[in-house]
Order: sequence, then structure tokens, then C-alpha cells
Amino acid sequence: MTSTGTPQLAGPTSDDERVRQQRRVGFSQRLGRWDVKVSPYLYISPFFILFIVVGLFPLLYTGYVSFHKWDLLTGKGDSVGFENFDWVLHSDMFWKSVRNTFSIFLLSSVPQVIIALVLAAILDANLRAKTFWRMGVLVPYVVAPVAVSLIFGQLFADQSGTINAILAKVGIDPILWHSHVLPSHIAIATMVNFRWTGYNTLIFLAAMQAIPRDLYEAALIDGAKRVRQFFSITIPMLRPTMIFIVVTSTIGGLQIFDEPRMFDQAGRGGADQQYLTVTNLIYQLGWTNRNFGRASAVAWILFLMILVISLINYLLSRRISSDETAGAKKRKKVRA
Amino acid sequence: MSAPSVAAIEQFAGKGAARTAARKRNRDYGSGSERRPRWLTYTLLTVALIISFYPLYYAFLLASSTADDIARHPIPSLIPGSHLFDNIKKVFDADIGFWHAVENSVIVAVVTSVSVVLFSTLAGFAFAKLRFKGRGPLLVFVIATTAVPTQLGVIPLFMVMKQLGWVGQLQAVIVPGLVTAFGVFWMTQYLESALPYELIEAARVDGASMFRTFWSIALPAARPAATMLGLFTFVTSWTNFFWPFIILSGDNVTLPVALMRLQATFFKDMSLIMAGVVLSVIPLLVLFVIAGRQLVAGIMQGAVKG
Repeated sequence: MTSTGTPQLAGPTSDDERVRQQRRVGFSQRLGRWDVKVSPYLYISPFFILFIVVGLFPLLYTGYVSFHKWDLLTGKGDSVGFENFDWVLHSDMFWKSVRNTFSIFLLSSVPQVIIALVLAAILDANLRAKTFWRMGVLVPYVVAPVAVSLIFGQLFADQSGTINAILAKVGIDPILWHSHVLPSHIAIATMVNFRWTGYNTLIFLAAMQAIPRDLYEAALIDGAKRVRQFFSITIPMLRPTMIFIVVTSTIGGLQIFDEPRMFDQAGRGGADQQYLTVTNLIYQLGWTNRNFGRASAVAWILFLMILVISLINYLLSRRISSDETAGAKKRKKVRA
Repeated sequence: MSAPSVAAIEQFAGKGAARTAARKRNRDYGSGSERRPRWLTYTLLTVALIISFYPLYYAFLLASSTADDIARHPIPSLIPGSHLFDNIKKVFDADIGFWHAVENSVIVAVVTSVSVVLFSTLAGFAFAKLRFKGRGPLLVFVIATTAVPTQLGVIPLFMVMKQLGWVGQLQAVIVPGLVTAFGVFWMTQYLESALPYELIEAARVDGASMFRTFWSIALPAARPAATMLGLFTFVTSWTNFFWPFIILSGDNVTLPVALMRLQATFFKDMSLIMAGVVLSVIPLLVLFVIAGRQLVAGIMQGAVKG
């Protein structure tokens, strides 16, 4: 007899009770099967529910909003077809913001990847106090972009800024970091680089350490020096990692908002929109001008741009990697 | 003519000779070798470190001076001034609710981190170790969503929050971040290798329910990866600006938004703004000193797998 917790006074179990117990076993078995079947879906559901509500739905609904007159306060108005897109594509501000976004993105991603590669190569030596140096390059990552912008905003101040003061000492005229187009892009890109270079350095470093050492040995036997080894082994072996970094930084970099917003206290991207980015423009149209329709049109255009660039990235990286395997095959043949 | 391989040397001339040959060779290609790098490497690293730290020290220098000092000496002297505590006091006394922002940031970051770790581990456990229909495609979907720029959906998200009556409320910042695709992916990868099937089977044979198995077998096994995920989520949440800036207002904001208000109020006095910057950075620097090692390891592991 199975114990039920309470002492039973009755001697032999009655038929009635046996039936009840059997039914209980059946029920708990069914419960167990149900547990096995349903639990996985239950466990993954929080992500999917949240993603649909705060990610997918808003993104798609942005498309719907962009075809309407839509005010921040009064809400949906008439359906206007492509009018919002038409306005955006004929707006000077929009094209300036596209120019600024891409310019800042290039100025921040290209130097960043190069510096991170070099730093990673330096860190990939048998250093004393390895962890100390690695942690050292990662420090800027924990500083909020807003704080970074405030600090660099003062370093790059037009008047009484630290960098201009240093330039004056070596006899260079002060640069108008805030009011001119390219200097302001350089200043903002510097902020991005400051925060992310160390992070990407560590990603490269990890990938470098995964390169089989006998490749270097073979190169050495062939008489290749360190610089040659770096360009002929390290760089090609890091290609997948580089693609990964380029793809993630494209998606993030084209949505840049914090640094240009905080570059001056007004946050409108400068008097002549010299550092207004696309995401800044979305905010301005939507919340300053209360025009959700136009803001949504800009958001959708940016979304499509990111999609197209990601697609190009994907195709390029596939081609590169297939070239690589083809090259490897050829090399093998030569060796054989 | 190329030199014989180290292995060949070992075969012909013994282990000692092989070791010497290897060491000699390593001098020519530095990576991962036994040899210690020379001073040039350390000099370059020191320069990198100065670039990493100087902007933070610069903020501290300005925060400990006055607006006058900053105007007079655009290049601050490396010795801090004596006005740090005055400036900090002014920041807290200012009419922008700075202390309240600190509290809010702590609440948002802690709740978000705990929740992301819990839900991601739960989903990761299911994806890595449980069998169910559609597992593969659903996991691919999760990974694909990491590349979706969801930030571009802010306008409808704002409308949703308005419908819920959450505009200006902290939960409007917390709820959208309760679980992330990156977290789910991260925990799935970790649990795939770190949690043996035998352990799960043993628990199941002992009659543990699925959730019990998760709670007492998977969750403890996931601890190293969960710690890293929690740290990254904390940093991301603490430094997040765009969405809190849109949805929060007035005195009920998080730290980055409070910094923006500080800038708007005191744009003429950089020393006060920098005092606020220093205050906002210190908590994460403390966290970094305690757990920076894990952040480094987390980035490097994620890189190898990703």
C-alpha cells in the first residue's frame, strides 16, 4: 500500500480506494507528460511574447503610421499615402542627416577596426599582468555614452577647449569642432571609438588566440618575419571575426543617437544640422514637431537602409568565405 | 634553406636541444610564445592605457575645479583642485532630482539584470536540453532577432506605453528589457556544453518536475555564464539613454537623462556637469574593479563562440 501520509485504520484497502489510487497515478502521469510537452514552450515564451509586443509589432506598425497624418498628442489622422515619404525624401534635413550618419559611421568604424587589430596583436604576446592590460583597454566601455559625450564635448570645445589649447601651443589655429561639418564628425566619431575600441580589441584578441600556432611555425620555416606573418596569417584568419564586428557595428552605428544629442546642450544637431543623425531626426520630427507620421517614414527608410546594407554585408562575407575555401583548396593542391 | 622542425630536432638531438630551438624560434614570431615582449610593447600598451584613463581623470580634474579655473586653464593641471565636494553638493542640491535618478538607475539595472538572467537561462535550458517541435527554427529566429534594429520601433512603442498609462513611469523602461535575444542565445550556447544530459535524466528519474530540474540542476550549472550575462545587462541598462530619454520626464528619470538635464541647466559651469559625470561613472568603475575580469572573459568567450 502506498503511504498517504495519514495513518489508516481500515485493514485491507477497499476496491473503491484502489480505483481512486489508480486514477491518481494516471493523473500524475498525464501531468508529467503534459509537463514534458508544454514546459519547453512555456520557458521560451517570455522572450517571444516580449519580442512581439515591444520589438516586432512596433517595427511593423511604424510602417502603418508612416502612411498617415499622425500627431503625438491627438493621434491618428487621415491616411495620406506616400505623402510623408515624399516630404522626407525632399527634405534637406533628411539628406544632411543621412550624410552625417554615414560619415560618422565610417570615421568611427574604420579607424576603430584598425586600432583594435593592432592593439589585439600587441596584447597577444606573453605579457606580464595580462589581465591588467586587458581590463585597462576595456575601462571606457563602462562609461555611459552620455558621460563620454559630456567629457569629449569639453575636450573638443571651440573656445577654451583642451584640444584647441594644445593645438595653439604647437602653433595650429583652433579648429571649430562644433560648428564645422567634418570636425564635428571627427569629434563624435572619437567618442564612439573611445568607448568601443577596447571592446573590439578583446574580440580580436580572442580570435587571434584561436589561430593554430603551427601556422606561424610553418610561416617561420618559410622565412616570414612578424609583419609578414601578421598580414599573411593573422588578418586572413580573422576574416570571420572582422565580418562579425563590421555587421554588428553597422547595425548599431547607423542608429547612433546619444553622442550627437549630447554634443551641445540644445541637442538639435548643430545650427546647420552639421551633426544631426537620422535617429536624432526621428526624435525631432516625432517629439519636438509632434509629427509621428513623418518620424515613422524616416524610421522606415533607415530600417530599409540597414536591411540593404546587412544584405550586402552578408553577400560579401559569403563571397569572401567561399573565395577563402577555394583558395585553400588551390593551396592544398599546390602543396600536394 | 629552411631549418628543420622542432619535432625533428627533438628526435635527433634530444629534448633539451628541441626546447632551445623552440625558444630561439619564438623570438621571431611573438604570438603566444614563451618569450617576454620587450619594452616597446609595454610602452605602446601604456599609451593605450593613458588614452583609456585620461578622459575619466580629466572629468575628475574639472569636477574638482571651478568654472573660472576651466576658462582660465583650458589644459587642466594634473593635480586636482579642492572643489570636488562643493560641486557634488551643488549637483545634489540642484533642482533636477539627481539622487532620485541614482535610485531609479539602480532599480532599473538590478531588476533588468535579474530578469534577463532568469528568463534567458530558462529559455536557454529549453533550447539546449529539451526536445520539442520547432526547436531549430525557433532558435534561428531568436538569433536573427539580434540583428533587428528594434530601436526604430520607438514611435509605436511610445503609443503602447501611452495606452498603458506608463509614460513617465519606470516600468516603461524596465518591461521592454526584461529578456533579450542575446541573453537567450548566450545561455543556450553555454548550457549546451556545460550541462550534461545525465544530470537532467537523474533528476527526472528521481521524480523532479521540469521546473524543479531547471531550478536545482540547470540554474546552478549556468552560474558562470549567468554572472557574465548579468554584468553585461547591468552595464547596458546603466548606460542606456535613448528610450529612457523619450519615455521618462521631469524628476523621475535615470542617470543618463539626469546628466542631460544637468547639462541643460548648468551649461555655463562645466565643473558641475563634470561632477555629475563623475558621480554617474563611479558605481560602474567600482563594479569594474570587482568584476572587470569577468567582463573581459565574457567578451573573449562570446567572441570565440559567436
